[in-house]
Amino acid sequence: MDFVTSNFETIVFYMFAALIVFASLRVITAHNPVHAVLYLVLAFISSAGIWMMLEAEFLAITLVLVYVGAVMVLFLFVVMMLDINLVRLREGFWRWLPFGAALAGLMAFEMIWVLGSRETSAGRVAIKHAADYSNTKELGRLIYTDYVYPFEIAAVILLVAMVAAIALTMRRRKDAKSQVVSEQVAVKKKDRLRIVKMQGEK
Amino acid sequence: MMELLQTLEHAGLDLFGPFWLPLWTVAKILAIVVPIMLTVAYLTLVERWVIAYMQIRIGPNRVGPFGLLQPIADGLKLLMKEIIIPTGSSKFLFILAPIMALAPALAAWAVVPFSDGMALANVNAGLLYILAMTSLGVYGIIISGWASNSKYAFIGAVRSAAQIVSYEIAMGFALVCVLMVSQSMNMSDIVHGQHGQFGMLNWYVIPLFPMFLVYLISGVAETNRAPFDMAEGESEIVAGFHVEYSGMTFALFFLAEYANMILIAFLTSIMFLGGWLSPLPFLPDSFIWLLGKVSFILFLFLWFRATFPRYRYDQLMRLGWKVFIPLTIIWVVVIAVWMQTPYWLW
Repeated sequence: MDFVTSNFETIVFYMFAALIVFASLRVITAHNPVHAVLYLVLAFISSAGIWMMLEAEFLAITLVLVYVGAVMVLFLFVVMMLDINLVRLREGFWRWLPFGAALAGLMAFEMIWVLGSRETSAGRVAIKHAADYSNTKELGRLIYTDYVYPFEIAAVILLVAMVAAIALTMRRRKDAKSQVVSEQVAVKKKDRLRIVKMQGEK
Repeated sequence: MMELLQTLEHAGLDLFGPFWLPLWTVAKILAIVVPIMLTVAYLTLVERWVIAYMQIRIGPNRVGPFGLLQPIADGLKLLMKEIIIPTGSSKFLFILAPIMALAPALAAWAVVPFSDGMALANVNAGLLYILAMTSLGVYGIIISGWASNSKYAFIGAVRSAAQIVSYEIAMGFALVCVLMVSQSMNMSDIVHGQHGQFGMLNWYVIPLFPMFLVYLISGVAETNRAPFDMAEGESEIVAGFHVEYSGMTFALFFLAEYANMILIAFLTSIMFLGGWLSPLPFLPDSFIWLLGKVSFILFLFLWFRATFPRYRYDQLMRLGWKVFIPLTIIWVVVIAVWMQTPYWLW
């Protein structure tokens, strides 16, 4: 029992880590694309858990709010409506395997390099802050002082991407019908409704 | 009361050692969830009464005195019914969906303060946590719609996804105004920020009145209540996402909808109407005030349902994207400028 209470954080970390690995593997092995998206959601939520343990509560909750609550909902939305042919999707598996394996190997090597070297991470302990320390406030302050230009540039790039996506996919149909809302709202009761007095029946 | 709780906590810590914390937390969770479930049960009865009186009917009055046992009879009926799993459905997801609908609706209660210092978790990022949890509720609806393998359910799910994603933005911006004014994301601090010598004039509903309306209306849309119940739309798509559900699985969706309604009512009261603070400066602050405000907002929910016809889908999207989002963005700027001037009184 002492083992559990003294290593509680480590145990929780490994649980989340195992969940992430399992969910990520299922994302690429699941037969059904909707199941794959749901496993991706599980992976995001587990990563949010790990960030929460690092006391990065703003990032953790934003990950859930933005990625799980909005981006993945739209993902599901699209994937559910697509008519996906699984056989065709699986066609080029062996042809692309060497390329994919090389990429995976490269990424694994980079991670081992960064995480394994004494310079970048290993052996460093995260600084514990007092309970009244607000991660969110600090991030906000940094974004609008030290990193104001990178932040603004990122925002403009996102705006451009949004405008471009809309401009590329927007088509106007000639025969489309639409309502003129101001006319609908301006309608008065007397334009539409006529009350007729009638004799009551006995 | 607080002293009694503290002595209990110390005694428990001596008795159970490391097991005490989980036990004590479970006890606190039960102390929140059980009353919510009871409120949900009786809210359904009150809803039927209120709508009946608005439509000049009598409403349920047969089961028990004044019909007070009606919710228990309904619950028993749902428990006894068979759960039918449609052919061609995705069985695991079909069962998971109602759970996914109810779990976030209950999880969000963790940071709701009921009175001064009375919250399960008094965390710094409470407001963000609530936004995140309420945004997860849509999964129950989408998964149920897809897993049912039915056209009606699927249309309901797609409508609901579009609706919740659109209204969440307006809701988020309304809350940005609240956190700018209170300068905190801690729910208890937000209530403390509304404390002052003028009673109800210190509440955030005064400077943020448009945001109060936007939040309340978006709350109705987020909980899929009439007049925004496009996801159910009985007269168009039968019952939308839960058309294939029966028995207990249907009951869970029902519980989730009402638990969400009560949550929105609590949040509106806490963020705009001063939480447990009393409206008049000479009266003491108490949990009773919070209950009164929550009951009023819940009554509004029922009143809306009895009054308004269902919105058309394009009207719904127009209201969300073309009215609420611009309005909230403008109000964020107005509040930001206003707060820098000496005319800011809150």
